[in-house]
Amino acid sequence: MYNLKTARLMTGNDAAAYAVKQSDVDFISAYPITPQTIIVERLSEYVASGELHAEFVATESEHSALSACVGASLAGARAFTSTSSQGLALMHEILYVASGLRCPIVMAIVNRALSAPLNIHGDHSDVMGSRDAGWIQIFAENPQEVYHYLIQSFRLAEHPDVLLPVGVNLDGFTVSHSSEPVEVLEDSVVKEYLPRNERPRLDYYSPATFGAFALPTHYFEFKVEQDKTLRKAGEVLDEVAAHYPSPEGRLRKIDKFNEDGRIAVIIMGGTTGTLRYAIKSLRFRDFSLISLKLFSPFPSRELVEAVSDADAVVVMDRSMSPGAPLHPLASNVATSLYEAGVSVNLISVVYGLGGREPTIKMVLEMFEKVREIARGGGKRLSRLFLGYQGDGL
Amino acid sequence: MRQQPSMLIPIVFEAGNSAQRSMANWRSNKPIIERNQCTNCLICWIFCPEPAIFMDESGNVQIDYEHCKGCGICAEECPRKAIKMVMESV
Amino acid sequence: MMQVSKLTDLYGREGLSPGHTACQGCGATIAVRQVLLAAEPPYIVVSPTGCLEVVSSQYPYTSWRVPWVHVAFENAAAVASGVEAALRALEKKGLGKRQKVIVIAGDGGTFDIGFQALSGAFERGHNLLYICYDNEAYMNTGIQRSAATPLGATTTTTPTGKLEMKKDITSILVAHGSPYVATASPHLWKDLANKVRKAQSKEGPTFLHIVAPCPRGWYFDSHLTIKVAKLAVETRIFPIYEVEHGRYRINYPVPRPRPIEEYLKLQNRFAHLLKPENAHILEAFKQWVESRWNHLLKMAEAFPL
Ligand SMILES: Cc1ncc(C[n+]2csc(CCOP(=O)(O)OP(=O)(O)O)c2C)c(N)n1
Ligand code: SF4
Ligand code: SF4
Ligand code: SF4
Repeated sequence: MYNLKTARLMTGNDAAAYAVKQSDVDFISAYPITPQTIIVERLSEYVASGELHAEFVATESEHSALSACVGASLAGARAFTSTSSQGLALMHEILYVASGLRCPIVMAIVNRALSAPLNIHGDHSDVMGSRDAGWIQIFAENPQEVYHYLIQSFRLAEHPDVLLPVGVNLDGFTVSHSSEPVEVLEDSVVKEYLPRNERPRLDYYSPATFGAFALPTHYFEFKVEQDKTLRKAGEVLDEVAAHYPSPEGRLRKIDKFNEDGRIAVIIMGGTTGTLRYAIKSLRFRDFSLISLKLFSPFPSRELVEAVSDADAVVVMDRSMSPGAPLHPLASNVATSLYEAGVSVNLISVVYGLGGREPTIKMVLEMFEKVREIARGGGKRLSRLFLGYQGDGL
Repeated sequence: MRQQPSMLIPIVFEAGNSAQRSMANWRSNKPIIERNQCTNCLICWIFCPEPAIFMDESGNVQIDYEHCKGCGICAEECPRKAIKMVMESV
Repeated sequence: MMQVSKLTDLYGREGLSPGHTACQGCGATIAVRQVLLAAEPPYIVVSPTGCLEVVSSQYPYTSWRVPWVHVAFENAAAVASGVEAALRALEKKGLGKRQKVIVIAGDGGTFDIGFQALSGAFERGHNLLYICYDNEAYMNTGIQRSAATPLGATTTTTPTGKLEMKKDITSILVAHGSPYVATASPHLWKDLANKVRKAQSKEGPTFLHIVAPCPRGWYFDSHLTIKVAKLAVETRIFPIYEVEHGRYRINYPVPRPRPIEEYLKLQNRFAHLLKPENAHILEAFKQWVESRWNHLLKMAEAFPL
């Protein structure tokens, strides 16, 4: 399965740092936070050893780290940062500026729960809190995907029809800290894949004003235009992926497994593997699995196509939208189905908050429960918790 | 040379284009330079916030009435008292 | 470094265009104009949110004839760090050329909300000139107090006068080990211009603190801006000095200071300070001025430049 000549044992964080190094970034600024820390440590080693020709700026906060990336990006640099949880929350204000000023920054988001109570373990609350910031959001399932998706992210972000920041998400610890063999490309191949495109930049000899304010006469147009561009980035992604030199590593919006299963389960990130294992090895052949690699722009069409015939659609959210009718992923799925005129038996499952990673046993119990609901038929909405020790499941 | 991207991006490429805007209607008092008093020393120019003072081709210091807001600093600071502020006619 | 000695040395180097929307007689705008007239190209300007940003960058207009970027309120020094380091990296890779970086920020964006980013950038030693135009309050949002507001001044959040002293920002930056920290006033345009050039000639982060009287927020008539700046200096309220690698020089000694009341009575923000019942606050204000001046004299004596 692995070519031992080119595969290396790497954690998700190692793979991220390695991809960023090969992507020949010019500028990195970051602030340490568990479980992201290793990415910035590795990158500073690469810079110190001269393997990576970049400026590494260890800022005094995440807010400054992203601010510095915005400055660097507008100065024409290929800029990278990485954070988790509280760090992403602290960046919140600048996330919107980065997308509004159309900075093709790439960030590895090592997903972790948000305080309080403080918790360093994996869930998607951090990125979901930023989901309307106008970034492209990609989810990787394992270190190999982290590697491939980061490299493709630079090309996507810098594409002249996109010029938007990209977040590549990897689950805290389960992906960031687990080792597996990762196939890597030659440096020269990556370099060739990532050409330098001209874009407007800060330059005394060609002075322009970046970050002007807009009155009600113009603001609306900027925002709608930005949304259109983000939506179109989905098409650009297909093109960017098609050129990626490793065919297996090409970023697809959704990844389907056991397509004939009557019960469709939609999930993002590291827990996908557990579900795939359960379906494959434990003979839950009536389940199909849809792993969403692209969360924003949301691949509604592809998703509806994949699930519209299912007896039931299970949507697995690793975060909550307190007080909202549905949690973030389920809400996007429900809206997509509604828009397509598809009515299904929808089951919203919240799992894994604060690092409570589902075990196989927990997954099996959930599958049984879901089967029961599916058997009951009807087009309704059910809500479950997976692993919650109250009275959810 | 850079290209302006195809989509709407909040960048202003025309540096200094606010000069196209007239500020004349902000003014209630108007500075008038007494030509024979003025030594073209440029003191008024260095203190003008706009700037709405310039030197013409013959080296004479002049007011740019499109941009002068009538603050009166030039009149106050002119060492020769060569500038008078007069009420704008309505 | 080319010394500026006469106004014709500066004429024709305008970095700011008219047609901006600053109030009549805005001292901040005068200061910024003078900075840009003096600055040696090529450079890039970074500003945080505040009056300067708002009066100069209303889309689709800009008053900036030089490259300029605004990102947010509290991060100008961080953005500048990014620009500076990025250009360094791009130059090494043959993808760009280094250009100088100048931050021009209000006192709120410097003393308060931007303080952490400022401290971080100075500690990291980025090559940039940080200029604070100090109008002693948050003017853009309607004259609220800042750490730069002096004792006794009324603002919309200190309706009965501020109870605390002004933060000594220059000393804090000197303590960061900056190679050059200085103060300036637009009425001393030559001193200001040469300080900009001197600061730009240094390696590392440098700081210039400029008094920027604000007719709107200090409540004085718009023609008095330069007079008010001059009085701030001549009463010793705003001393003009420079600190090079920790060594002090007072550039504008004030052997016979004008009475502090002369400065206060021009500005309605201090009106109540001159009432008899507030004599103790006035006294505290005077003591603050005197103790800072004496401190400066001692520093200039102990660590002369
Ligand atoms: C995070 C954040 N908080 C508050 C504001 C609102 N705000 C904009 S400008 C400003 C005050 C600016 O004051 P200062 O830096 O002194 O500059 P001035 O307007 O006086 O020139 C404030 C409070 C903001 N834009 N961002
Ligand atoms: S300051 Fe007075 S004398 Fe000097 S140029 Fe202006 S108007 Fe003429
Ligand atoms: S009145 Fe004010 S704005 Fe008009 S020219 Fe004189 S200084 Fe400039
Ligand atoms: S409020 Fe003060 S600082 Fe702001 S534009 Fe007006 S005069 Fe200038």
